[in-house]
Amino acid sequence: MAEKKELLTVQSGEAEQPFNWAMGRYVSKFMTELRDNKRIVGVRCPQCKKVYVPPRQVCADCFLPMEEIVPLSGQGSIYCFTVLSFGFVDPDTGKQRPVPYTWAFIKLEGADTCLPHFVDLADPKKLKVGMRVEAVFEEQRRGHLLDIKHFKVIEG
Amino acid sequence: MGKRVAIVGTGQTYMRSARKDVNGQELINEAVTAALADAELTMKDIDAVVIGNMDHFEGINYVDSWSVDGSGGYLKPIFKVCTGGTTGTTVAMCGYYHVASGLFDRVLAIGWEKNSESDTTGAIITAFDPVLDRPTFGGAVGGLALTAQRYMHLYGATEEDAALVAVRDRKHALNNPYAHLRLEITVEDVMKSPMISYPIKYLDMCPRTDGACAVVFASEDVAEKIAPQPAWVLGVVNRHNWTITGDPDLGSLESMAEAAAVLYQKLGIKEPLKEFDVMELYFPSSWAGLMWPEDLGLAKRGEGARLIREGITGMDGELPINPSGGVTSSNPIGATALLRVAECAIQIMGKGGQRQVQGAKTALATGFGGCSWSDVMIFGAKKPS
Amino acid sequence: MDKVAIVGVGQTKYERRKKDDSFAEMVYEVTVKALEDAGLTVKDIENVVSVSNDFWDGRTISSMAIQDACGSRHKDISTVEGDGLFGALYGLMRVLSGSFGTTLVVAHNKPSESRMPLITNGMFDPLYARALGLDSISSSALQARAYMDAFGITAEQCARVSVKNHGNARRNPLAHLPLEITVEDVLKSRPLSDPLKLLDVSPISDGAAAVIVANEKSAVKAKKKPVWIKGVGHCSDAYHLGDRDLARSPALVAASRKAYAMAGIKDPAVEIDVVELYDAFSYMELMWLEGLGFCAEGGAGALTERGVTALGGDLPVNPSGGVLSAHAVLVAGLARLIEAVLQVRGEAGEHQVSGCRTALAHGINGPCGQGHCVMIVGE
Repeated sequence: MAEKKELLTVQSGEAEQPFNWAMGRYVSKFMTELRDNKRIVGVRCPQCKKVYVPPRQVCADCFLPMEEIVPLSGQGSIYCFTVLSFGFVDPDTGKQRPVPYTWAFIKLEGADTCLPHFVDLADPKKLKVGMRVEAVFEEQRRGHLLDIKHFKVIEG
Repeated sequence: MGKRVAIVGTGQTYMRSARKDVNGQELINEAVTAALADAELTMKDIDAVVIGNMDHFEGINYVDSWSVDGSGGYLKPIFKVCTGGTTGTTVAMCGYYHVASGLFDRVLAIGWEKNSESDTTGAIITAFDPVLDRPTFGGAVGGLALTAQRYMHLYGATEEDAALVAVRDRKHALNNPYAHLRLEITVEDVMKSPMISYPIKYLDMCPRTDGACAVVFASEDVAEKIAPQPAWVLGVVNRHNWTITGDPDLGSLESMAEAAAVLYQKLGIKEPLKEFDVMELYFPSSWAGLMWPEDLGLAKRGEGARLIREGITGMDGELPINPSGGVTSSNPIGATALLRVAECAIQIMGKGGQRQVQGAKTALATGFGGCSWSDVMIFGAKKPS
Repeated sequence: MDKVAIVGVGQTKYERRKKDDSFAEMVYEVTVKALEDAGLTVKDIENVVSVSNDFWDGRTISSMAIQDACGSRHKDISTVEGDGLFGALYGLMRVLSGSFGTTLVVAHNKPSESRMPLITNGMFDPLYARALGLDSISSSALQARAYMDAFGITAEQCARVSVKNHGNARRNPLAHLPLEITVEDVLKSRPLSDPLKLLDVSPISDGAAAVIVANEKSAVKAKKKPVWIKGVGHCSDAYHLGDRDLARSPALVAASRKAYAMAGIKDPAVEIDVVELYDAFSYMELMWLEGLGFCAEGGAGALTERGVTALGGDLPVNPSGGVLSAHAVLVAGLARLIEAVLQVRGEAGEHQVSGCRTALAHGINGPCGQGHCVMIVGE
């Protein structure tokens, strides 16, 4: 064929695929505590005593359901961190995240797993593993992880 | 009792950042055609097909149904398996189990991805729990950066140490005509490249690639008639430990360490550095290439950099790692882990051309997925007893 | 094929919207149920096959969410993205390989959480058919029309399937839609996509299901009589709807013949006691009966009219109420297997078919039943 080859593409269009996920009993508890009491809670395994935050139904190692809700102080330390320098479109808000920002694993006092969240210091030279931090809550809360605005460094 | 299984043919496309000249089914077909040619088989000889990719990268639901034009699944048994980044090894393991079960003699396993067609980071973020993780999640790079930072803190590793991995893998890619990125770089190039998510820089990270790979698994009843040197599957195992993001310990890849330990024990492997001739390992970032060989028992904790500095893992070293250039050089996600399997098979079958490790008789491939999903597969030139 | 059995089963109740449960909570429920049913502990499970789909769950790597809930920590786990019966098939392969004595297979879905038409529209090729706005219902309507026209199947004959299956569901406490209806009720129900009316179409149900597959050695540990897998087969038709003869199902013919051969079945209508097939739509039960070889092409309408497939008939089909009565997509094929197992065990309660020794389970995947999986189980 002597014709010029044209390679076309097709776009996916505007239709969104919205979801309405059920949080389940455990996550609902976590979120209502954030919203109503500005409090972070975990859950403890009856057998190995590990405290998981955020709470979920099953202890992975023991395969047992967990019932004991454990309130946590909201204070903890940085377990590891990164500072993001690239902006990407947040699939939940459709907006580009402003950079740089710090995303860290926070080891809350009394918990055995980490809670990933933002830290209000974005300089990799100043951030250190082990730095003490504390949760800062939004004034208006709705039962969402971002009812915690970020964690602030509470030690020089 | 099950059957012994070998890989008797592999095929892959040339890896590119965007293949605008083909649609997905055509891309798949390129790899399938190449694999069949390599095995000197036709589609008629194939008893079943298994395929995998990550749905949201191409926005297609039920890819096993959609792909039949390209995969050869028309009027054949076919289904799809998918586990995120490890999809390629999950597909390979599924192909293996199809044959090991005794139900099928020759099975085609296909992994593919057209990352150019979508927003990769956006899609990856949807892997993570929508309620608990997604609101803060820093993308695949963010997650990898956290483990890198933890490792730096624990063992004093430096960014230059990690850069050595990128330098090694990209150098190896020069021998691989199929690789996406083939550029020789220096540690200084890596250090000067833009910081994406501290401490990971642009040249530390794998690319996004369009590509496909296909592998033919055959049972012991037919393998030796098909390939003069089949690559026998000696063992497969996988482990996973990340359901909610804050759960795993990030200073090492625990799931990989556990998987490797289980498989080594099963096969009686005590000194992997000595007992393997070549490894194709899934490193999504150079830091992974520093840390995870420790989980494979190749170095003590914190000593991953020594392996590279001493040249142990270069093409002339005791244990070449990633002669193909690895994931740092090509990353068509649904195919990436399958490429590790294919490259190991290529080494054992003696078809590696410029990237051949001479006399390679035992090989190990890993797959990694964005939630600490670790797969390990071991191959050998000798039929297992 | 070595002897491999189903030794444990568990299902949630199928409902329109399980708003109290997350995916993981449903999976935990059925995993525990299956273990209790088998009299086994999580330590007896040697590997796991999970079944889920990224589009339905709204998450890439959909299997990640339920890993802990199905006891997969420190074990091999893989994920089939397609109907649950294919997951059971993969679980079987992993046991047959000799690597594992048992496999837990668990499927989940909560279609209530998003929009089915968009999700099933995603099955269609973005280059061609997707722009037509086809979804599961409208595409199946095309197939229904092709089938009915090819063989003179009537709307009444299809309606009889709906009446029978919803009626059977009244004897199944887990079913989503037990209904006492008449053929006229079906014919008068709201038209959705000609020729399909509301009561010809399965509901959207939330739910999960699990089975435990075990080899002979491991089956001994279980507390109930094992139900052995006698034969399996799976096969896929072409993809583009226009490439297919929508009135026929050659892939089902291939899959079922393979399963029958493995099971040593020469006359399925005589040798199979109960059929649980994937009736996502009333016409599908008729088409699949023909594809499975229970009657000649075009003969399933008459078969149904004669009452052969009723609960008290010679070949009861979907005594559980079938997919028309409960449709958790991806789970429903596994549910068919569970129902077949319960029948062979004699544990199907009020919808038990007496003297059931061999049962057939069937699942489909892809648009208009493109892919089929058949599993035959027995004493």
